[in-house]
Amino acid sequence: MKPRHSLLIVDDEPQIRRLIQAALARADYATIEAQTAREALDKLRSERPDITLLDLGLPDRDGLELVPIIKKESDTTLIIVSARDATDEKVAALDLGADDYLTKPFDTDELLARVRVALRNRMTRDGGAMKVTAGDLAIDLVAHIVTRNGAEVHLTPKEYGVLEQLARFPGRVITHKQIMDHVWPNEHAHHVEYLRVLVRGLRQKLEADPQRPQIISNELGIGYRLKQGND
Amino acid sequence: MNEPHRPDPEAFLRAAAQEGRGRLKVFLGAAPGVGKTWEMLTEGRQRREAGVDVVVGVVETHGRRETEALVHGHEIIPRRTVDHQGHSLGEMDIDAILARHPQLVLVDELAHSNAPGSRHPKRYQDVEELLAAGIHVYSTINIQHVESLNDVVASFTRVRVRETVPDSILEHAEIEVVDIPPDELIERLKDGKVYIPQEASRALNHFFSKSNLTALRELALRRAAQAVDAQMLDYVRAHALAGSFVAGERVIVAVSEQPSAAGLVRSAKRLADALRAPWTAVHIETPRGPQLSDEDRQRLADTLALASRLGADTASIPASSVADGLRRFAADARATQIVIGKSARSWWFELRHGSVVDRLVRDIGPVAVHVMPGEDSVPRPHDASSGHWGDPIGYVWSMLAVIGMTLLGRLMLEAIDLGNIALLYLVPVMFAAASHGLRTGLATGLASSLAYNFFFLPPTGTLTVSNPENVISILVFLGVAVVTSQFAARMHAQSALAEASARQNATLAGFSRQMTASPSLEEIRHAICAEIARLFDVRTVLMIPSDEGPQLRAAYPPEDRLDEIERAAARWAMEHGEPAGRGSSTLTASDWLFLPVTTKDAVLAVIGLAREDAGEPVRTDRMPLLRSLIDQAAIALDRMALEEAMIEAGQIRERDRLRSALLSSVSHDLRTPLTTIISATREMRTHPSPELIDTLDGEAQRLSRFVANLLDMARVEAGALPMRAEATDLFDAVASAAHDSRSALAERPLDVQIPPDIPLVRVDPVLLHHILINLLDNAGRYGDPGTPVTVRSLREPDAISLSVIDRGPGIPAGMEARVFDTFTRLEGSDRSKTGTGLGLAIVKAFAQAMGLSVSARTVADPPGACFTLHIPQSLILTDIMEKDIA
Repeated sequence: MKPRHSLLIVDDEPQIRRLIQAALARADYATIEAQTAREALDKLRSERPDITLLDLGLPDRDGLELVPIIKKESDTTLIIVSARDATDEKVAALDLGADDYLTKPFDTDELLARVRVALRNRMTRDGGAMKVTAGDLAIDLVAHIVTRNGAEVHLTPKEYGVLEQLARFPGRVITHKQIMDHVWPNEHAHHVEYLRVLVRGLRQKLEADPQRPQIISNELGIGYRLKQGND
Repeated sequence: MNEPHRPDPEAFLRAAAQEGRGRLKVFLGAAPGVGKTWEMLTEGRQRREAGVDVVVGVVETHGRRETEALVHGHEIIPRRTVDHQGHSLGEMDIDAILARHPQLVLVDELAHSNAPGSRHPKRYQDVEELLAAGIHVYSTINIQHVESLNDVVASFTRVRVRETVPDSILEHAEIEVVDIPPDELIERLKDGKVYIPQEASRALNHFFSKSNLTALRELALRRAAQAVDAQMLDYVRAHALAGSFVAGERVIVAVSEQPSAAGLVRSAKRLADALRAPWTAVHIETPRGPQLSDEDRQRLADTLALASRLGADTASIPASSVADGLRRFAADARATQIVIGKSARSWWFELRHGSVVDRLVRDIGPVAVHVMPGEDSVPRPHDASSGHWGDPIGYVWSMLAVIGMTLLGRLMLEAIDLGNIALLYLVPVMFAAASHGLRTGLATGLASSLAYNFFFLPPTGTLTVSNPENVISILVFLGVAVVTSQFAARMHAQSALAEASARQNATLAGFSRQMTASPSLEEIRHAICAEIARLFDVRTVLMIPSDEGPQLRAAYPPEDRLDEIERAAARWAMEHGEPAGRGSSTLTASDWLFLPVTTKDAVLAVIGLAREDAGEPVRTDRMPLLRSLIDQAAIALDRMALEEAMIEAGQIRERDRLRSALLSSVSHDLRTPLTTIISATREMRTHPSPELIDTLDGEAQRLSRFVANLLDMARVEAGALPMRAEATDLFDAVASAAHDSRSALAERPLDVQIPPDIPLVRVDPVLLHHILINLLDNAGRYGDPGTPVTVRSLREPDAISLSVIDRGPGIPAGMEARVFDTFTRLEGSDRSKTGTGLGLAIVKAFAQAMGLSVSARTVADPPGACFTLHIPQSLILTDIMEKDIA
């Protein structure tokens, strides 16, 4: 019997906790709940959950402040679940170390998909595969080879750099900054337009219909995400 | 024709005829309700208190208590009752009055028609009889009852009165106009304070329009002006007031440095008010001007400032003489009335120079000249500059020139004769007089004649004055010196004046331009400070009134701080509307001079000036310029404050409209889905079914969309749209909008037509996303069921368009612009088609926030409504180089 993954739900609204708990229980995850930041930090230390679902609007402390603390004190995968939809805050949370972001109101199916992605990424991080597939695409992160339906796709070094960043954490949103820090490591001022042009080129090479991208999906004002078809 | 002070023979005749007759005084009003009767009774009471035997002949109180109270003290001659067709009417009992023979009788309503069977058909005939009997009469009349004006009044009021009084009655009467502003009269009418006979009330409603009352008031004042002031009339050309009825009057008042000028300005203001004419206070700068003392200049500036406060334009123009300048200015300004003061100059001065009044009246053409008596002039301290002897250097040069001429003359003595040598001496005399003034010229003339006498006139080597030739030469030299120096001095003075005035005009014009170019109150304040600081080389501050006293709003240089005494001076200036601080007469210990910036009824601001070296901030001779600048500043501030207030009022109205529309919309659009959700949930407990779940889901989505829109709209209205424009790929934008609009689009396929090489655009991706969601939502709602929705982007010459097109009935003609208004839902659109009318308003607001424009129209291919975003060239990223990326 495989070990059950445990998730910490941090939210001050009982209805939301109940809803998330029900959805996660249905998918056979173990859940822990916390109402406040203080309680969340206690539970993190005592229960060591695999994944933490964090609401930013907590009564005792702003959730955004909690992000670096949680990332420093534990190795939980942190998914922000918040009603705040300002792009700036999402980017800030992600750049502070959060692993993903989900805006309320959300679909429970969407929540479960994100949880699955997070768990898979935890496994690959813990010495997992260096090969990633997305749709009919296969990316070999060791050999730096990308194949589509078995045929090799030629990418420029920068194009590969972008794809590599996305493929390291498939299904998870990677911010523009995170990608660009990797692709243009020596540039201080980042130009999102260059990244957009690169991605457009990548899509031309990778997507079946570049106008309806299925592999590299855009997160408004935040970054990109590599989709793996079933998520 | 316009000779003043000439006794008028007709007036003598009239006066003779009036001897022994009673005098008539008429209280003339523009309309019923202005308070004629009240005024008559008040004055009657004053007369009685002064010991005059006053009775009331007839007064209509119309039941007004204030009027009745005034009647109360008077002796009233009981009315005579006349029976007419069964009514008993009370008429004035003329026999009783004649028998009582008071000194003064008060007779209301001069135009009244007596009841049939009375002695005279008209009341004014009764009055004539009373006057003939030597009884003075006070009476009242409204302007429309004056015979000659009856037609004029009827033409614009459409009310013709039958009871009129011949003009001849009024011509012999003293007229007092009882005047209140039309607005006040209308107010009184509304308050029911004006008596209107029952049968006339409907007609009179039209009569009491503001335009009518204004015109009537003008008529009354003109009619009074025709008769009121004989002294004034002497100077008014006959046709000036009897001319065209339409106002084209313009009053100018000539002001001098005399203290009486302020009174003159007030008189001019009254005249201008009576004529409802614009007016100008003008100061004529004559070559005498620069010799004015500081005190004079100050007073002149005060007078001009007063005129400006009273609503006049002010001007200061250079001219060789007052009469000349006035004539020119009057012609340029198309003045019809000139007000001047009677000169306070000595008879000696007038004998030499002619009275300004005489010269003006003689030459001026079709302009009425009003001469007001001047008050006593302040005794002028003897001008110290009359002891001005001129520059010593001038004497030295002149004497050298005389010596030079003497040497030259000696050399040429053989060649030319003596008379021509005398001419040589004229040269130094003229130069000395022209360049160094009269005294130097005279001295040179004297020296020349002595030198001529000594060296050339036989017997040479002696000074003999006995020779007549010698006397002539001296006289000629001196005469030339006098004439030349006079001309030269005048030319100097005039050119200096012209220069100064041109400089001043340029400064004022520049300042005025600065003011008009400033787009906001803040900027005008800063411009005022900066300009005054620059022009006067001072530090400046500008403070505005507030509940806590003056508040610093602008300063130049910007870092000024004021200490306690300066704040006190500023506060005083603000509260009193008078200058305070250094160089004024109040709180002079301050280093700063504070000048109020005033309009007719308010202090808009206080401007403070100080020198770096703590000296007097403004030289007195620069005060007039400063005051003109401050007047300009006042106008600019006033105008801008008004503009900003109007804009603000407009915004508040718009906000109110939105708020009430929002409330009604919210209550409908929140409650409908909530009701469905609540009842569907209840239903689920007992009869769960997939349809119910679909309903729940749909309504919840709808509620979610609505709340999102409400939040967005709130952000727009709070002006708190977070803008994070970044390079955006339209493919991404459309794809994510399509993803989030899945349920809104339901079964409709999305047809995306975007050229693969469409450039990136610099927009806020989140705002664009919301725009697209709303447009797709709208298309899903209004397109015919099952039809596709098209998203089409086109590269246009200087823009990129992005359109969302549905297939449906389109937009009704004429509604294309209105669909973007908040809470507009297309007319006839089914109420069951849910939506708040917020969606398209958000589209427009977001688009504008990003610098995009949006339009709506009905198109043929595909047939339906088309909403288009126009992304301008400036937001299109076209110059991304491959090398930058690779």
